[in-house]
Amino acid sequence: MRNGVAGAAYRGRTASIGFAHGPFVRVDQLESAQRAAGSLVDEALALRSAIDTASQQIVDLAAIAGGEAAQILEFQVALLDDEDFMAVIFAAIGEGAAADAAWRSELDKQIADYGAAPDEYLRARSSDLADLRDRVIRALQGDQRATLGIPSGAIVCADDLPPSQFLEIDWSGGGGLALLQGSPTSHVAMLARARGVPMVVQLGTIPAAGATALLDGEGATLELDPCAEQIGSFETRREVHCKSRAAARAILRRPAASWRGERIKLFINIQRVEDLDHADAQYADGIGLMRTEFLLTNNGGLPDEETQFQAYDAVLRWAGQRPVTIRTFDAGGDKPVSGFTPGGEANPFLGVRGLRLCLARPEIFAVQLRALARAAVHGNLKVMFPMVTSADELEVGRKLFVQVVAELQANGVAAALPELGIMVEVPAAALAIPSFKASFFSIGSNDLAQYVLACDRSNGALAGLLDPLHPAVVELIKRTAEHGQRTGISVSLCGDMASDPRCTSTLLNCGLRELSVNPSTLAQIKQTVDGLSNGGNHG
Amino acid sequence: MLETSQADEHTFTSSVRLVHAVGMHARPAVKLTKLAKKFQAQISVRVAGAPEWINAKSVAKIMAMRAAHGSTIEIKGAGSDAQAAVAALVDLIATDFPDGNS
Repeated sequence: MRNGVAGAAYRGRTASIGFAHGPFVRVDQLESAQRAAGSLVDEALALRSAIDTASQQIVDLAAIAGGEAAQILEFQVALLDDEDFMAVIFAAIGEGAAADAAWRSELDKQIADYGAAPDEYLRARSSDLADLRDRVIRALQGDQRATLGIPSGAIVCADDLPPSQFLEIDWSGGGGLALLQGSPTSHVAMLARARGVPMVVQLGTIPAAGATALLDGEGATLELDPCAEQIGSFETRREVHCKSRAAARAILRRPAASWRGERIKLFINIQRVEDLDHADAQYADGIGLMRTEFLLTNNGGLPDEETQFQAYDAVLRWAGQRPVTIRTFDAGGDKPVSGFTPGGEANPFLGVRGLRLCLARPEIFAVQLRALARAAVHGNLKVMFPMVTSADELEVGRKLFVQVVAELQANGVAAALPELGIMVEVPAAALAIPSFKASFFSIGSNDLAQYVLACDRSNGALAGLLDPLHPAVVELIKRTAEHGQRTGISVSLCGDMASDPRCTSTLLNCGLRELSVNPSTLAQIKQTVDGLSNGGNHG
Repeated sequence: MLETSQADEHTFTSSVRLVHAVGMHARPAVKLTKLAKKFQAQISVRVAGAPEWINAKSVAKIMAMRAAHGSTIEIKGAGSDAQAAVAALVDLIATDFPDGNS
């Protein structure tokens, strides 16, 4: 804190509300500062060993992957095996550079080269190289990911942050995320909202210096080395925010939300089992969306049946009689998974993702379906397929599921076929909703809006245009909800709109009676429904 | 495909048209370097007319060459098994990088 002299303030865009005051940590610089150069021989040996480790990891991945993904992985291995390429890096070490600095510097050069290529295919390789760069750096650091060196409660600043890195940071002691670029609709922003981590994006250029920072997720500001006055004002804003949250939490304890005499069911979205630790989760009517992609990325390999079963079973046990909707792997698009998703797609959002990918890789999909079929015996499980375009895809998925259940039962394993539903996120599905023989529908408003509005949701430049309340998006939500009311099939909405109190009134008026929200916004949405019910406009 | 020509006792050159639909991308580049590494000879390649010869055993450099679909690749080998090496690489490129035996 500096008395009297106001610290620099920067404004960005809100990605996740909340307040954080803590040490300021630049992630991109932190990594290069990790390693002090040892002797020339030590550094060369350290790099050689890290490369061997990384190379073996990639070979293992490629063995599982097959297809185009394996070819890209083979390219990474070939690069590690490229004597000319490595000679430059070992030469830098010979001149006294630390192993990680030498490696990073050459890789960054390559990444920049590829990033500037006129050919889209080559440009896409730059992220493969970034992946390779980070894999070797991690190996150099002894793969102690939990000890990235970020103190608990820090304001983490980066150009952008991949979801995997977000998950490696310990957010249990608070803290926040300040991105110079990034987008409120990105995958990492979704994670931040789910975990209640304040996050501001598109802050522009910020000097590397700064000991402490204030991050205001509501006002979308970052203040570096704040003076007493700035801290005072920040604390006042934080207090107002906390009070309104406390009021919302009082409403949370009431049994059920209702609107115009109708019961409104509020479910929660979870990314992984630990999200159930959120203090508000117990008040939910169930799990409206359990994502399963994180099972794919934890160890670099694809999760086996038992690992998956344990995760699903834990959530079902937590839920008791309450329904749990688990979504099958939704990889692809902005969620690439090495060894699973196809590389080199010119337009991955319109590519082989979601159910399309699972049906293309039945050997991987069947493992998930087996784990789900076994878990279905123990609770109120519903399973939904993401990114469904045609009724046939649902039926092909169902057939596979039925087959899996029959095989398990034939082998004396307890298994059941859960209720099967689909995500409504492809406009074609919303428009042809009566053609699907689904037990329930869940509207994925993030992708639905992206596809209807033709706006890439990871592109920050389009954030203003990507309005989920655009009449075209609302119209499709309404049609889907009306179809549900006509036929008695349950329809919920699990996209970010459900967690945004500004959208609640519209969604209820569309005919939706089930919303699935982030645990951290459950209280606020319940309060909003309550306010609307009492004649207010919105909470 | 052109004939292999011999400049001196151990240097052979040839050239071949790159028919691969997307040019010298990751898969072809990996196959080419893997094959090149099976030979003792020093093998260099370049897009016809380019000022510099590139080490055919370096995948980074092959990718950086950015040879496009339809371009002509010149191959030069020097060393005891250079003739076989050049012939093998010409064959690989001419047959559009088939799967297997690489």
